[in-house]
Amino acid sequence: MEDLRLVANNMRKNIVKMVHNAKSGHPGGSLSCADILTALYFNVMNIDKNNLNDKKRDKLVMSKGHASPALYAVLAEKGFISEEELMTFRLINSRIQGHPNMKSCPGVDMTTGSLGQGLSVGVGMSLANKLDNNPFRTYVICGDGECDEGMIWEAAMAASHYKLDNLLMILDHNGLQIDGRNEDVMNNAPLGEKFAAFGWNVFGVDGHDIDAVTEACKAAETVKGKPTVIIAETVKGKGVSFMENQAGWHGKAPNDEELAIALKDLGGEE
Amino acid sequence: MAKIATREAYGKALAALALRNPDVVALDADLAASTKTNEVKKVAPERHFDFGIAEANMIGAAAGFACNGKIPFASTFAIFASGRAYDQVRNSVGYPHLNVKICATHAGVTVGEDGATHQALEDLALMRVIPGMTVIQPADAIETEAVINAIAEYEGPVYVRLGRAAVEEINTSPDYKFEIGKGVVIHEGTSPVTMIATGVMVQEAQKAIETLNEQGINPNLINIHTIKPIDEELIVRYAEKSDYIVSLEEHSVIGGLGSAVSEVLARKCPRKQLFIGVQDVFGESGKANQLMEKYGLAADRVVEQVLEFLK
Repeated sequence: MEDLRLVANNMRKNIVKMVHNAKSGHPGGSLSCADILTALYFNVMNIDKNNLNDKKRDKLVMSKGHASPALYAVLAEKGFISEEELMTFRLINSRIQGHPNMKSCPGVDMTTGSLGQGLSVGVGMSLANKLDNNPFRTYVICGDGECDEGMIWEAAMAASHYKLDNLLMILDHNGLQIDGRNEDVMNNAPLGEKFAAFGWNVFGVDGHDIDAVTEACKAAETVKGKPTVIIAETVKGKGVSFMENQAGWHGKAPNDEELAIALKDLGGEE
Repeated sequence: MAKIATREAYGKALAALALRNPDVVALDADLAASTKTNEVKKVAPERHFDFGIAEANMIGAAAGFACNGKIPFASTFAIFASGRAYDQVRNSVGYPHLNVKICATHAGVTVGEDGATHQALEDLALMRVIPGMTVIQPADAIETEAVINAIAEYEGPVYVRLGRAAVEEINTSPDYKFEIGKGVVIHEGTSPVTMIATGVMVQEAQKAIETLNEQGINPNLINIHTIKPIDEELIVRYAEKSDYIVSLEEHSVIGGLGSAVSEVLARKCPRKQLFIGVQDVFGESGKANQLMEKYGLAADRVVEQVLEFLK
């Protein structure tokens, strides 16, 4: 498990370096979901280089597509893309676009970016798996601010209606969105109770505890007849002192000095 | 000859297709009895999915089905498929070029009594502008069946525009063959006038030509069922032997067939063009035939406009 913390830490370094290099991007919500992605890609999902092009495998929809640096960073950790390629993020002619593009980047299972749409895509994937008696699972990562979108609740209703126990949503609950704290911008709390009212099984977990996220995902596999949402309590900007819990770092790139501090916070460069 | 709505033909064709192809799934948004996807419910209920009154979610789910190898046919009224769910169609279907078939019914003023909120007059424009989107509007029941079978074999996103009202059968020739992107010559005329129509306007143009013939005018008539990619070769070939082009659509004259035709002509063979269609206004309640008359789409109104144009 020590190794996986190192994986997540390396992802965080890559996230800040990518956004710094591109001079644009979304570090806050990427850093908040780095541990969740590490748990999914290294402990939970059956995805590796050999089955990447196979339709019959677990899939992940990064519904909060602006956290693309975190997704690309974990894909690099898995060896689907190179670490060098990460530095093409948001640059002209890159395969790794500002928001994830399944047609250009290996390992991206769905094109996302316009918030609110990924959970619906997960519903379709899960229904297709059910139809085929295919045991593979669909994972969807959504943001808490993203739950302002009405479409999330259309999808939540459908997932429950169709008893999609092969669908797992992980809510990156960092409490912040672009304009500030969720409760100040648009109070969508309590999210767990809302999903429960929609007929979902709800787990709560420390979203920075890779073991705990892994265990919750495994526990969700045993819940039958309803979809599960894991409300992962996270810190926006996690791991970088000056970004933590700062809405201002939602979509802003660090300058050279800030990058140096961030990398130092993350244990420095090898 | 029996008149059949293209939505009726769609339901039958989709049910037959679902029986032949186990990958086909039908998605609807609480309008299965109107869009006729309920025909699939009769033969393959496990592959019919109702999403309730939630069109955005239906289109997103269709994208998910396509990601996992299914061939989703998603249906609702054209106004909702192209309008309410536009962002989902653009970003979750069009941009990733997923194999989703959006078969939208109740397009145009022939919706009738429901009025302007339910009469999509801009859907061709909205769908045509999405890169990689194939846009098709069949003219009759025979063509509709051919379209459904053809798009199931084609890999990529398709928007099919279907109507509520019964229409005459046009493509009754035993030689009729449907191919995506290939227009159909319905009538070879002798005058330097070519009428280019889509959907219900093909039958109106046919009727108009009968009247025009009495006045010594005999235009060519082309059915453009595929608005995108449009049959440039056929349009240019007929424009070259014509001085006048008339486009006819049950849609706004902005952004639909008329625009698509003029985009071809401006580049390859400039001609004077009459745009028959809804003239940048919303529709209203009324019977389908009354609305066709009022908005200048009925055959007699077509004749008037063509005669004025040729003066």
